[in-house]
Amino acid sequence: MPVPLHFQTLAELADRLAKREISSLELTRAVISRTEAVEKSVRAFNSRDAADALAQAEASDARRAAGQSRGPLDGIPVGLKDVIAVKDQPLTASSRMLANFVSPYDGTVTTRLRRAGAVLWGRLNCDEFAMGSSTENSAFHPTSNPWDLTCVPGGSSGGSSAALAAGEAIATLGSDTGGSIRQPAALCGVVGLKPTYGLVSRFGLVAYASSLDQIGPMTRTVEDAAILLGAIAGHDERDSTSLRVEIPDYRAELAGRRGPWRIGIPREYFGAGLDPEVAAAVERAVEYYRGLGCEVRPVSLPHTEHCLDTYYIIATAEASSNLARYDGVRYGHRSTKAKDIVDLYFQSRAEGFGAEVKRRIILGTYVLSSGYYDAFYLRAQKVRTLIRRDFLDAFRGVDVLLTPTSPIPAFKLGEKTDPLAMYLCDIYTIGVNLAGLPAISVPCGFTGTGLPIGFQLIGRPLDESGLLAAAHAYDRVHAWGRKTPSL
Amino acid sequence: MSLSPSSPSATCYEAVIGLEVHVQIKAASKVFASVGTGYGHEPNTLTDPVVLALPGALPVMNKAALDAIIKAGLLLGCRISPVCKWDRKNYFYPDSPKNYQISQYDLPVCLGGEVEIELAGPSRNVMGEHKRIPLTRIHLEEDVGKLSHGTIDSLVDYNRAGTPLMEIVSEPALHSAEEAYAYLTSLRATMIYGGISDCDMEKGQLRCDANISIRPVGEKKLGTKVELKNLNSISFVRDGIAHEIRRQVALLERGGVITQETRDYDGTTGTSQSLRSKEEAHDYRYFPDPDLMPLAVDEAWKERIRATCPELPFHKQRRFLEQYQLPYTLTSVLVWDRALADYFEEAAGLCGKAQAAGNWIVNDLLRELGNAKATLAECRVAPRQLAELVKLVDAGTLITASAREVFTEMFATGDDPGVIADRRGLKSAAADGNELEQWCRDSIAANPKALAEFKAGKDSAINAFKGPVMKAAKGKANPKAVDETLRRLLANS
Repeated sequence: MPVPLHFQTLAELADRLAKREISSLELTRAVISRTEAVEKSVRAFNSRDAADALAQAEASDARRAAGQSRGPLDGIPVGLKDVIAVKDQPLTASSRMLANFVSPYDGTVTTRLRRAGAVLWGRLNCDEFAMGSSTENSAFHPTSNPWDLTCVPGGSSGGSSAALAAGEAIATLGSDTGGSIRQPAALCGVVGLKPTYGLVSRFGLVAYASSLDQIGPMTRTVEDAAILLGAIAGHDERDSTSLRVEIPDYRAELAGRRGPWRIGIPREYFGAGLDPEVAAAVERAVEYYRGLGCEVRPVSLPHTEHCLDTYYIIATAEASSNLARYDGVRYGHRSTKAKDIVDLYFQSRAEGFGAEVKRRIILGTYVLSSGYYDAFYLRAQKVRTLIRRDFLDAFRGVDVLLTPTSPIPAFKLGEKTDPLAMYLCDIYTIGVNLAGLPAISVPCGFTGTGLPIGFQLIGRPLDESGLLAAAHAYDRVHAWGRKTPSL
Repeated sequence: MSLSPSSPSATCYEAVIGLEVHVQIKAASKVFASVGTGYGHEPNTLTDPVVLALPGALPVMNKAALDAIIKAGLLLGCRISPVCKWDRKNYFYPDSPKNYQISQYDLPVCLGGEVEIELAGPSRNVMGEHKRIPLTRIHLEEDVGKLSHGTIDSLVDYNRAGTPLMEIVSEPALHSAEEAYAYLTSLRATMIYGGISDCDMEKGQLRCDANISIRPVGEKKLGTKVELKNLNSISFVRDGIAHEIRRQVALLERGGVITQETRDYDGTTGTSQSLRSKEEAHDYRYFPDPDLMPLAVDEAWKERIRATCPELPFHKQRRFLEQYQLPYTLTSVLVWDRALADYFEEAAGLCGKAQAAGNWIVNDLLRELGNAKATLAECRVAPRQLAELVKLVDAGTLITASAREVFTEMFATGDDPGVIADRRGLKSAAADGNELEQWCRDSIAANPKALAEFKAGKDSAINAFKGPVMKAAKGKANPKAVDETLRRLLANS
């Protein structure tokens, strides 16, 4: 049986659109009808606008007919996490606070996707303000893992990973502050790339932790990730943290770089808490690389044990300030019970934010407070420097680092009630954000009960080309991301 | 300054004042957004996603604002920090769209520096004492929006939010309300001179808070300070500080204790009231803004700005006194308005008669401008034309009374003085030597008595000949030429 359109890869569909075997309208209709069929059980979307998507698809087909195709993304339905601004579409960050907010502007990645001709499709669910690892912190509804509807899809970009795995989009964008692209990618059996900090503009991304947030692609194959990254990466005047770098043709570079790579295995990433089935699948991936002639050697990232603490100081400090703008004054949820302006702040924020968001705002406010700043925030920044140094030291001897993406496969919805247990889901992904490095999660098999597993490759700063090539060397042969769940 | 006690046994107190002055930078766009700045626009029209702090919006530094603060720093002799960074000052208030203000905490653009001030002299003709008031720092931040309070609700206008704002912090080195007044006057002139700000206090382009304490004369330790806010004119600053010093002295003399607090001064009633005590002070939770990168200010950048720095008023005044030998009163009018000083220098240079040019400007030009409620920029008399007028008077072609008449018409029409004098027949007849000589001969011939007196050595007798000459010339004879011609003829007769 041929693979239905909604489960094909971006590269394949681009090829078929270019050959006029299919139209964007046909493809977009297929994705929409698939979504209508499975969304009731997956619940990956916060909102979607089929009429708008179909109009974009028609425009794409018209361009192509006029010989003005904009490249491989032209006509491809791409879903966006509901923290990325799309003009005239809701932008909720899965929060009650922004439940009725409609963005009056396009974020930079949105503009770039439009310029590449992509069909922007839907607003994808996530943990509220991207804070969480299961998408259960969404104020609206949880999202199910398409491989097991009783399990979480990971988070915070769980809507993005679930929609992709369920065939409700051809590719999606997520955002990653401590693992929020890679962990849900691993849990849903798709590819997720967090680019080097500063490679992709954050303008139009609802800020959680500014010094850690990055937007990145989630796709079925590494090749697809290379295509999508190429469309969104590059310097942006509107983001002061955006890097002035040349953007190579990532997809073309995949073929040019064949390794072998020197692969480092950080011993701190294979300790207690790692699920044996995950460990075994990752070990098989390592063996594959060894078989390609890659040199695999153990390395050490000695400050790994401090990553989680450091992250929860820096990220919450920045969040406490970033989320101060949600006050009910200019937009967003405004309490009707308020007696005065201070009460308006209290009531609106009490009603508008969920428990995890409040927890992080309180933590962040605390660590920045007079008398605590030096002991917490300043110290965390110093440790952050040490963590980055660990990685850069390791990269003196190896080209990439290989680790599990998540210590465990998808867990049951409602299973993790202790916030600390939830925080541990990101133990292998957080260091990468603190160090500002690029990293990719590549699907590498399934557990005995059929839950996806992913491994993580971590690259040198701005070496997305090398990272993608190394990941592609595995993925082009194994292609676990092409497997489809039965829904 | 020591404050005299109200009774002989009481202590003499010294006031210690530090000023925090906010100056809006004149810039086309906001400090972290590309939308324009301005005053008096429809509320909330000078906004964009960044100014309104919409989800996902990010700040981007406006380099023109940084140029301006570097210029301010260079003009005031500050050290320009080689690296400056941006910090978030966190507090909730509806005029602050992000509920944090982007400011600078530990690495301001400018450190140190000083403001030269002049205190009132013994009379307005005599230069007063000069002092140099040291500055602590100048940093850049964003202005907030404006609230207007109704009876049941409050409205907020974000047009002003994000306008680049400098905070200029002085050391606690001022000791009287008059010094504070002189400080603000000088600082304001410097900012206007540099084209950094228009410093219109009515439009909130310059705002001042004062930290005031008093201590017994001779005491080294500072007293408890009170912050005075909402001093929205330079006179209110002076009056408010004087009032606060009196309040503190009276309080101590009654045996009271000064508490650290912020007080609001009402300039119209001349009273103040407590806004908040120290216990209610905010914890601003400053931390480096992760959305903005630290910025290196290199030598080349500083040099580029330095090349645009004008001569400061006091430097100009010293030069005018020296170079043009102007009296102090003229300089004290000319130097405070950069355009006026430039006007003067151009006219003085063209006519070579600095004091005459200065007098024309200070007495006549400013009077006419005042009457017409016009600015120098609108003035139709070019410095070249004023210089020509000075030259005409100096050459004797115009007598002073006629020159005044000519000037009035120059001001009204913008025509050249020579053209006006011709048109109105005001030029002295000196040019026609033969005619003048004949009138002089006639006058001498008609008055033998005066001739005899003159010959006998009574020099003033010559005046008796001048009247008939002037009458014959219908008042247009050049008095100098008349005098010279008469003497020549008298010597030969």
